[in-house]
Amino acid sequence: MDISQYKDVYVFAEQRDGVIQNVAFELLGKARDLADTLGEKVVAILLGNGIKDKAQQLIASGADKVFVVDNELLKDYLTEPYAQAITQIIQSQKPSIFLLGATTIGRDLGPRLSARNVTGLTADCTKLEIGENRELQMTRPAFGGNLMATILCKEHRPQMSTVRPGVMQRIPVDNSRTGEVVDFAPNFDMAKINRVKLVKTVKEEKSVADISEAKILVSGGRGVGNKEGFQKLEALAKELGGEVSSSRAMVDAGVMEQSRQVGQTGKTVRPNLYMACGISGAIQHLAGMEESEFIIAINKDKYAPIFNVADLGIVGDLHKIVPMLTEKLKTMK
Amino acid sequence: MDFSLSKTEELFLQMIREFAEKEVKPLAAEVDEEERFPIETVQKMAKIGLMGIPIPKEYGGAGGTNIMYGMAVEELSRACATTGVILSAHTSLCCAPIMENGTEEQKQKYLPKLASGEWIGAFGLTEPNAGTDAAGQQTIAVLDGDEWVLNGSKIFITNGSYANVFIIIAMTDKSLGTKGISAFIVEKTDPGFSIGKKEKKMGIRGSATTELIFEDCRIPKDRQLGQLGKGFGLAMKTLDGGRIGIAAQALGIAQGAMDETVKYTKERKQFGRSISQFQNTQFQMADLETKVQAARLLVRSAHYKKDHGMPYSADAAMAKLFCAETAMEVTTKAVQFHGGYGYTREYPVERMMRDAKITEIYEGTSEVQRMVIAGKLFK
Amino acid sequence: MNIVVCIKQVPDTTEVKINPQTGTLIREGVPSIMNPDDKGGLEFALQLKEQYGAHVTVITMGLPQADAILREALAMGVDRAILLTDRKLGGADTLATSSALAGALRTMDYDLIITGRQAIDGDTAQVGPQIAEHLDLPQVSYLEHLEYDGNKTFTIRKQTEEGYQVLQMDAPCLVTVLASAVKPRYMSVSGIVDAYSREVEVWNADKIDVPEERIGKAGSPTSVFKSFPKSLKPAGETFEVSPEEAVELIVNKLKEKHII
Repeated sequence: MDISQYKDVYVFAEQRDGVIQNVAFELLGKARDLADTLGEKVVAILLGNGIKDKAQQLIASGADKVFVVDNELLKDYLTEPYAQAITQIIQSQKPSIFLLGATTIGRDLGPRLSARNVTGLTADCTKLEIGENRELQMTRPAFGGNLMATILCKEHRPQMSTVRPGVMQRIPVDNSRTGEVVDFAPNFDMAKINRVKLVKTVKEEKSVADISEAKILVSGGRGVGNKEGFQKLEALAKELGGEVSSSRAMVDAGVMEQSRQVGQTGKTVRPNLYMACGISGAIQHLAGMEESEFIIAINKDKYAPIFNVADLGIVGDLHKIVPMLTEKLKTMK
Repeated sequence: MDFSLSKTEELFLQMIREFAEKEVKPLAAEVDEEERFPIETVQKMAKIGLMGIPIPKEYGGAGGTNIMYGMAVEELSRACATTGVILSAHTSLCCAPIMENGTEEQKQKYLPKLASGEWIGAFGLTEPNAGTDAAGQQTIAVLDGDEWVLNGSKIFITNGSYANVFIIIAMTDKSLGTKGISAFIVEKTDPGFSIGKKEKKMGIRGSATTELIFEDCRIPKDRQLGQLGKGFGLAMKTLDGGRIGIAAQALGIAQGAMDETVKYTKERKQFGRSISQFQNTQFQMADLETKVQAARLLVRSAHYKKDHGMPYSADAAMAKLFCAETAMEVTTKAVQFHGGYGYTREYPVERMMRDAKITEIYEGTSEVQRMVIAGKLFK
Repeated sequence: MNIVVCIKQVPDTTEVKINPQTGTLIREGVPSIMNPDDKGGLEFALQLKEQYGAHVTVITMGLPQADAILREALAMGVDRAILLTDRKLGGADTLATSSALAGALRTMDYDLIITGRQAIDGDTAQVGPQIAEHLDLPQVSYLEHLEYDGNKTFTIRKQTEEGYQVLQMDAPCLVTVLASAVKPRYMSVSGIVDAYSREVEVWNADKIDVPEERIGKAGSPTSVFKSFPKSLKPAGETFEVSPEEAVELIVNKLKEKHII
């Protein structure tokens, strides 16, 4: 593989129901940064059905060029048609870097692409930068989140990476930016595509509150105990205008739904206020919330690791403090 | 000499710990508070084969060792002593005597159902006037044609109202004294058999301890277990095995109290530091930990001897005596370390202290164990 | 039906603690376990075995001590266990790992291959889909529910951020499973008693038909350039005060930060 033939930073612009996902714009922000360092272009790949008019959004957020594959096979995400279309773009365009969001789509598609194109893929990167030899340095948490590892993909291209939503920053929208929009028509191998059939897509009410978008999170761990304990947190969250989130322990215990889980195996959040109640602060949890603007921790155990990342730590009983705080806030209105 | 667990035992320990932690511990306080037999836990235990650990595979058991069975009682009791004694009474006091004394027909009939947990087992020896002096049996069995007719009552029977099969000790010839005592297998559905009152107990409150009543209870002749007139020896030998089970139960209670106390003394702060940092705590806990470990070795060594067909009667007595007294000491001190909280039901050590007491009493009081040990010493 | 479940032995990362002084990992005493997502996958396989009489094989690639999780799988009820272990396979990234496992799978009969969604030590979620690609199989990842029509077709509920999707595919195919989807059974006592007297097949790299440049370190496009402990931001202040004072402290801080 002659890696010198590969150039430009590609971003998979994930859309759902025709709506380009935030993570795509965040990736464009990072791609812009990388491409400027390399003196190369940012190229977005937009797959879907009836989505061509969305290409300008990507340009306004940093793309120089957008490959659009508009086909009814691509309306909803399915592994095989997406992998086929993108592989044909990769094979013909030879990107140097290829970024995807670490969503259920990106994490399904990314490894399939890496194996099909025989190249490396680094999952869930939190930092991407260009090294001295113009290589992409991909930094990700390892070993449950405490150790950071910087990964290189030296001799294979594209250098692929997935990035979790909420980690990179988008650049301000500039509608005056211009760029090229290219229609790409891949050849689909229908025999392979027909092997998987999408029967239906169901959206569940309970997961509507997206904790990664919330500005204030009142989060509970083992110390909260049970559903009744979480009601205290919900009352406080309501008073603060925020959402309730949870550590893995409470999700595993069936007390909270998975969509509200913060941490390595849950969501990465960076709210303005993160109130950790009865959360000891296992490294997996810290990995998902330590970028929060302001962290308050309430825990009985003075030595709980959560206090190492908290801006304000309270050693005490959340079951007493949380309801009192809620009452206090009510009286202040 | 090898004190380490085999790989099989390690694997078993991994499973039983997880089971006790996830399935048994969350129910322990409720079972105690409501004096409720944890039937759903017994069903879960049955599903994975815990009701037939040392029963050979040809009789539907798991084909495991008594060491594994002891580990199971210990780990279950560490979470909930009620659950521990349910397994112990079922296995040691019902399955074991059938396994050791039953005819092939009796084994084929009872062991598969007991091992699978479809049936729960119990054992009836104690009577209102025959406790430690078990020879004073007043339950009488009389042969009438092809049937034995039982009359009398038994008390303090663990698993009483939930058991399907009972090993019952009764007098078949009063003139012969202990040589006139025989053992029988009674089924719950036998005519003339009924369950009497349920005891309200200090500890192990979920274990369904009841009275058994025999009023012209007729059972087929072939329900006699072991030889006629050998029932006293059968009962004593059964209790030898049972004692190791109770020793394991006591050990589990002690370990559970140790776990709670280590956790609590690390969290609890007085005078600006954790109470685990005080030398008084450290020295006392070190002594208790040493006793618990010694207790464990006694249990394992007694089960090892049973597994290998060696005499173990005195070993069982020593294990039970030491484990029971250790459990009582550890739990009493655990409550003390917890202070006022330890006296409340907010913390499990209060329950553990109540649960521990019975281990000094049933299946032979500590005094009886001393008699057995001394008997061997001075024979 | 033949099912192969790929499992991995991982350190129980929930037991990993940080040394507060040095910020390094305390790995000592951390138990090794069967990866939770893989165990969920194994449970689905065993349920299919009970319902349809499927033959279930587990395979793991790892160090010789990974034998322990194969024994656990045997005690849970699988029919066959394979340990793929060879120094030549060491230092593999996800692509090289998936190449080796795919090589092993190529020598076997399968209708369904099950992997965990991801392993708790790496969290990459890559090996399953990469195996599917190497074997040219259709895949569904993030499985939370599985139905089989008893003939050829699997109906799968896949977890998504917004809810779920229902997908169908025919054997042979691959799914990746979430631990939260199912409660794995306990090992049975009788299974435990037999686990160490049953056979664990030990395979080396010669047993799989994959070129050496595709496995181990040589077959890994990615490499670790450096690793370093995570830099923690300086801790704020911690107070041990009465609940009343705690509420005061919090309210004042929230005002100061203009949150209220």
